[in-house]
Amino acid sequence: MSAALFETLLRLGDNTLVLGHRVSEWCGKAPVLEEDIALANTALDLIGQTQMWLSYAAEVEGAGRSADDLAMLRDVWDFRNILMVERPNLDFGHTMMRQFLFDAYHRALLSGLAGSGDPRVAEIAAKAVKEATYHLDRSAETVIALGDGTEVSHAKMQTALDLLWPYTGEMFHSDEADAEMVAAGVIPDPEGLRPAWMDTVTATMAEATLTLPDSNFAHKGGRTGKQHTEHLGHMLTQMQWLQRAYPDATW
Amino acid sequence: MVRPDVQTIWGWLDEVPDPEIPVISVVDLGIIRDVAWDGDTLEVAITPTYSGCPATSIINLDVETALRDRGLDNVRLKQQLSPPWTTDWLSAKGAAKLENYGIAPPSPAGGPSKCPRCGSGDVERVSQFGSTPCKAHWRCLSCLEPFDYFKCI
Ligand SMILES: [Zn+2]
Repeated sequence: MSAALFETLLRLGDNTLVLGHRVSEWCGKAPVLEEDIALANTALDLIGQTQMWLSYAAEVEGAGRSADDLAMLRDVWDFRNILMVERPNLDFGHTMMRQFLFDAYHRALLSGLAGSGDPRVAEIAAKAVKEATYHLDRSAETVIALGDGTEVSHAKMQTALDLLWPYTGEMFHSDEADAEMVAAGVIPDPEGLRPAWMDTVTATMAEATLTLPDSNFAHKGGRTGKQHTEHLGHMLTQMQWLQRAYPDATW
Repeated sequence: MVRPDVQTIWGWLDEVPDPEIPVISVVDLGIIRDVAWDGDTLEVAITPTYSGCPATSIINLDVETALRDRGLDNVRLKQQLSPPWTTDWLSAKGAAKLENYGIAPPSPAGGPSKCPRCGSGDVERVSQFGSTPCKAHWRCLSCLEPFDYFKCI
């Protein structure tokens, strides 16, 4: 198996899995019915994308594990998602700001991956980018409405942006596995995605009357698995509970 | 066993309703990408609408059941991701049935041209998401009824 390809597929699938689970935590308790449905549908898309990435990861690994095994039976240190997506939801504004910052990145990344030299990666990305595009439409619209809204909503969105900003740098960070995959034509260079992302973010924040923090500090350690936040472990106790308590349960 | 020809099988599949919008068939929806004989095995290629569409496994089950009911025992379903599904593949017959049923069919303009109930063009979007991943929630400002719009993707 290609260790770098396996690592890459875990990074893609773990981002969508962890964010998908976080977003699904809103099901049944979002501020209004329309938002509840929208969040649940977004979570479904992300979990569906996870199924495709982790199925391919499992095949590449060739160790007899399935996508379900990878999702439900790995522990914190084996997850390769960025730290931003494992953060707790906090309030609705924070959830939508995180979604927007991720969606803008996700669309740029998937657009690049749709031209991947690995045909399987290319077809999954071509499918997923259509969904990422309308996720971005919606999260950008919501960030603008709340940022350029009332005094209270504006203040909450600025707080959310300030809190999340140091978690955005990790999206563009790369290591040897990325370098190997970039050289093989499988993925676009992570740093090369930053300008398109920054354009989207700058334009949206201007419309939302929010101020971009003036700092390049970046929390890292999620996509390498070196140091996740304590939040991921707590999340996994919920997400993996059934398979841990009743191994191989089916219904 | 006599192998029914592929056209006949397409006709049978056109009688399998979409589980979430039963007025249209899985063929109308454009998700059946290929039907072909491989020796004695019938292979049917199906593409998902949305990655996370929860109806996907039900659709597979319904297709397989329908073919078994017609006496086909060797059926292989395969998932085909590429090219990704688009609402352009919705049949004209399907679009007409949707509108009749009260769901505005996809329109290249990005929104419904008229209310599927009263025909008024005075409509507004309530939410980009509706009762299923493939639909958005709109309302008519003339008859005041809410309605689903089958969104373009
Ligand atoms: Zn009307």
